[in-house]
Amino acid sequence: MSEQLKQIIENRFSYLVGKITLQSSRRVWLEVDYPQFAEVFDCAVKELGFNALATITGLDEGEKLAFIYHLYKGGLMLNIRTRILKDKEELQTITDYFPGALIYEREVVDLLGVKVKGLPAGIRYPLPDDWPEGEHPLRKDWNPAVLDQGKGTN
Amino acid sequence: MDFTNKPNREKEMMIPIGPQHPALKEPTSFSLALRGEKIDAIQVKIGYNHRGIEKGCEQRSYIQNVYLLERICGICSHAHSTAYVQAVETIASLAVPKRALYIRTIIGELERLHSHLLWLGVAGHEIGFDTLLMYTWRDREAVMDLLAELTGNRVNYGINMIGGVRRDITKEQGETILKIVAKLAEQTKYYIEIAQEEATLIQRLSGVGKLAKEDCIRLGAVGPTARASGITFDVRKDDPYAAYDELDFKAISADSADVYGRTVVRLGELVESLALIKQAIKQLPAGPISVRAPRRIPAGEAVSRYEAPRGEDFHYVKSNGTDLPERVKVRAPTLANSQAISKMLEDRYLADLPIVVAAIDPCFSCTDRSIQVEGKGEISWEALRQYSIEFYRKQGVDFRKLKVESRK
Repeated sequence: MSEQLKQIIENRFSYLVGKITLQSSRRVWLEVDYPQFAEVFDCAVKELGFNALATITGLDEGEKLAFIYHLYKGGLMLNIRTRILKDKEELQTITDYFPGALIYEREVVDLLGVKVKGLPAGIRYPLPDDWPEGEHPLRKDWNPAVLDQGKGTN
Repeated sequence: MDFTNKPNREKEMMIPIGPQHPALKEPTSFSLALRGEKIDAIQVKIGYNHRGIEKGCEQRSYIQNVYLLERICGICSHAHSTAYVQAVETIASLAVPKRALYIRTIIGELERLHSHLLWLGVAGHEIGFDTLLMYTWRDREAVMDLLAELTGNRVNYGINMIGGVRRDITKEQGETILKIVAKLAEQTKYYIEIAQEEATLIQRLSGVGKLAKEDCIRLGAVGPTARASGITFDVRKDDPYAAYDELDFKAISADSADVYGRTVVRLGELVESLALIKQAIKQLPAGPISVRAPRRIPAGEAVSRYEAPRGEDFHYVKSNGTDLPERVKVRAPTLANSQAISKMLEDRYLADLPIVVAAIDPCFSCTDRSIQVEGKGEISWEALRQYSIEFYRKQGVDFRKLKVESRK
């Protein structure tokens, strides 16, 4: 399954040659630069039939933030990883494809402090309403001591 | 549904429900816009139970995390610990012994039994059918006691470890399991009869909380909620883990796309779970129950999927070569299903809210029941332990028979 998928993607996008890792027969990992992310994601969802999204994982890698979009088609999982500069670049929402991704995008906004363009207005998730501005717990340099200063603890 | 920018809001009644309220047992807040008795718009707020466990994982060792992640939920605790150890085992390329995989499967299916029986009771309660609650929770006790006998705990079993399981299932325990499974199979038959014949139950649940198949996919619903809308996906079948690829079972689905369908699916899954446990006990391979796992996990990453009672539980683990993980990400099934609640309640009556929300089986903490010792002042740990052993012995469960296995 995964061998075939790798072949199809590499034929379609020449810049992805060498960027696809087959971990097992049902786990495919793919790395794409953010400017090309939209077209690869669109192709995966609309042409390759990955019509379900498990979640979005956000990682703090120092200068950059990495995001993994875990798409699946039955048992086959395609993990698309992309990176943007921390505090300098923004993500584009994928709620046009998956309205259910709203909660996953809100989660990376709160926990990693990324901005998502096109994310509809609404209540935050998962941090409390009185959580201090600019504090993003999943950033590696985040210090929980801010909570002891009486911020965000009701 | 757009909650904020709708015209004619002034003609509507706004009702806040939650986070603490009488109908549901978990902290969730709903803001409802009502037009008469019908729900016009709904806004769901969750996150009250966010405890920072993902961050906590980055500061704890791989072994400590097995126990931390098990405590995400009091019902699908085995789901979370299995999903996590599977991911770590993939990164460390550990070959988990077959017997351990079978034991994980047996505990996992017992967990599904107690979870689905609990749900059936809650569903009965929400529609005013409390007799069903009493019956199913009585049967659930048998499963909980069995889990306690097998693992030492009624909830948060602590059976998993990286590289296998902590406790073996003896031949005698296997026979006890088969005996209880046979009894539960009879009871389940009766519940299915109720679901097929009881007119009030059928009428109260049919057509309520509709969720079309397309909406299910778009909103990312999982588990019995999705399978009741005609989606056949089941991680155990489509992306098998533990011992599921060696066992014969059906993925249950229904087409009615309503709360009744979700009931039918869960009842069908009870039957399949019982059969799965029976098969697994009979086929239980001989051999060791664990392999030695390194404390430091080589750099790498893996995703792991587990069909929890409420749907797909998803874990991502990234390691960096030390004994602490770089990142652990968890997506529990209720988060995926919570997105669909607004759709299910669109244009429905306010009175449908409790059962519709209950029908996705939101995961509230099912903690160990507490023992209240009145008038005895402070009690020592040893005395409390003795009290609990005596308490269970009177109920017919003898913990003295439990042998604590040391790690090989």
